[in-house]
Amino acid sequence: MTNENLIQYLYGIADNSLILGQRLGELCGHGPTLETDIALTNISLDLFGQVRSYFQYLAELSKDDLTEDDLAFLRKEREYKNLLLVEQPNTDFAYIIVRQYFFDVFHYMLLEKLQDSKNVNLQGIAKKSIKEVAYHQRFSGDWLLRLGDGTEESKQKVQQAVSDLWVFTDELFHVTKDDEAVIKAGHGVDVRLLKDDYYAKITNQLKQATLEVPETKYFQKGGKQGIHSEHMGYILADMQFMQRAYPDMKW
Amino acid sequence: MENQEKMNKEKLKSMEAIFEAKIANDEKIEPKDWMPEKYRKTHIRQISQHAHSEIVGMLPEGNWITRAPSLRRKVALLAKVQDEAGHGLYLYSACETLGISREEMYDQLHSGKAKYSSIFNYPTLTWADMGAIGWLVDGAAIINQVPLCNTSFGPYARAMVRVCKEESFHQRQGYEIMMTLCNGTQEQKDMAQDALNRWWWPSLMMFGPTDDESTHTEQSMKWKLKRKTNDELRQQFIDQTVPQADILGLTVPDLDLRFNNDTGHYDFGKIDWDEFWQVVKGHGRCNKERISARKNAWDNGKWVRDAAVAYAEKQSDKEEVKKAV
Amino acid sequence: MNKNWPLWEVFVRSKNGLEHRHFGSLRAADAEMALNNARDVYTRRSEGVSIWVVESKNIKASNPEHNGELFEPAADKAYRHPTFYNLPDDIEHM
Repeated sequence: MTNENLIQYLYGIADNSLILGQRLGELCGHGPTLETDIALTNISLDLFGQVRSYFQYLAELSKDDLTEDDLAFLRKEREYKNLLLVEQPNTDFAYIIVRQYFFDVFHYMLLEKLQDSKNVNLQGIAKKSIKEVAYHQRFSGDWLLRLGDGTEESKQKVQQAVSDLWVFTDELFHVTKDDEAVIKAGHGVDVRLLKDDYYAKITNQLKQATLEVPETKYFQKGGKQGIHSEHMGYILADMQFMQRAYPDMKW
Repeated sequence: MENQEKMNKEKLKSMEAIFEAKIANDEKIEPKDWMPEKYRKTHIRQISQHAHSEIVGMLPEGNWITRAPSLRRKVALLAKVQDEAGHGLYLYSACETLGISREEMYDQLHSGKAKYSSIFNYPTLTWADMGAIGWLVDGAAIINQVPLCNTSFGPYARAMVRVCKEESFHQRQGYEIMMTLCNGTQEQKDMAQDALNRWWWPSLMMFGPTDDESTHTEQSMKWKLKRKTNDELRQQFIDQTVPQADILGLTVPDLDLRFNNDTGHYDFGKIDWDEFWQVVKGHGRCNKERISARKNAWDNGKWVRDAAVAYAEKQSDKEEVKKAV
Repeated sequence: MNKNWPLWEVFVRSKNGLEHRHFGSLRAADAEMALNNARDVYTRRSEGVSIWVVESKNIKASNPEHNGELFEPAADKAYRHPTFYNLPDDIEHM
């Protein structure tokens, strides 16, 4: 495993929290109740907290004198390695919940295994984050039930979100060349091994929510290679605005 | 009949006297206690306005969450805007104890019947506005709010204790942003000065009309909704804020501003009250956007709230069936 | 359908050894959600280790108009308090 392998592997994890946190950050003040606004903001804050831990470690690993903010704000789109799932827009509350649930279940399984990493830094971050993510999963899983088994309207909306976002779930279990090296060294988690449990779990939850499990065999991929959706450019345009408009300043 | 009426009137009078004596004696009024109708109405108006100000106040700052220039600033801003949601919630809950529902209060906000702090109808145009809002707007809010921790209505006082405790980081957050800008490049200093220029006068207006124009002051003083008059509070704000601007190396945009050795206070220039009334009456830069953002959030959220109720009902039906079997 | 989420009262134990104390209220569709919301709204700054929620309508409160008969009779029962009893100054452990 090279240093670069590890760096890329870390981006593959941290960028998910970064971009999902950013998406959730768009919502504050616009949710269906104050209570949900506060809850989703808590999730966003947890995710940004995790990002900062990963990036501070990444900054240590990098040869140049980089800061967490250089990593968050100054990469080019192709250098972000997040999953396509987390960059999908806040179309409505159903999309927000389904996107969250699909990610949370995966995120929890990943962190569970990452606690056993040979890399003490990753171990530490995983141990701290897993409690946060256990709550995220509970929150989004509860809401999935409510929307699925709520009214006709909510069922139809959440079913639509499930069908539309399902195509991004396969990518959760893709492994890049960098990942392979890091897994082999015992630092990373082989996400391929999580796939069956994952689908069993979310299928079960969807059924409990009286929702149909999509049958498509066609999935989308590319985020892990830095080939994103059209949404990504706009996310970054917002996120990087200050750093690009006023380069090399302290804030 | 006449006697009966006279007796009722006398009874009411004596109850009012006992009530006013309680307040004068620094005793709290709790929701189920008897209170004059005017007290209830005034409190509903003030507490709901306060709650509305918190949640409308989320919008101008929420506007910069996605563009915050560092991760540290981003989490601080997110936490601050989230606190405002929490404070709105505490205040709506306090107000609900007076017999009005959160939904009714929302209706009043959305229909334009209820007011909220006019400051939030100004646009946030640069990152420095996050600094200026924290420093000036939260600074002014704290001056208004701290005395309310001792106000006469128990639920309001308790909500304000929590609010004030949580808000203590908000102003520091803002001032730190300004400090960083003022220690930065010329471009950053200019950005900070520009923000001060735009937010200074609206901040002074946050204390409301001058005393001779203010209609509620006397009654509010008696009920401890107010401890000082609008003009006194405004003066306090100016006196404490001008030296803070000096430390930043920024210029307060008021040519008439100077320290008066005789009074020990700053003299200041004329406030543009036409602008104040224009914004209060709904014609500020962002009045329409703010209300429509809140209304959209509520209207678009209806199906979500309905779904949760329907789900809860189904679950409790299932419980009933289980019990029956 | 136009039904609003009911109001819940939130009680939080700040740390083990202390009682649950009333913290405030919030809206939630059911008890599970009320607990989650209470966690998010009232324990953001590590204020608690345990939460109770109860739907507000289930609380029966005493009527302040009856305060005279309910609470004032207790005021002149000084013999319930230790200071009522005279003991010599030099006695210890009592």
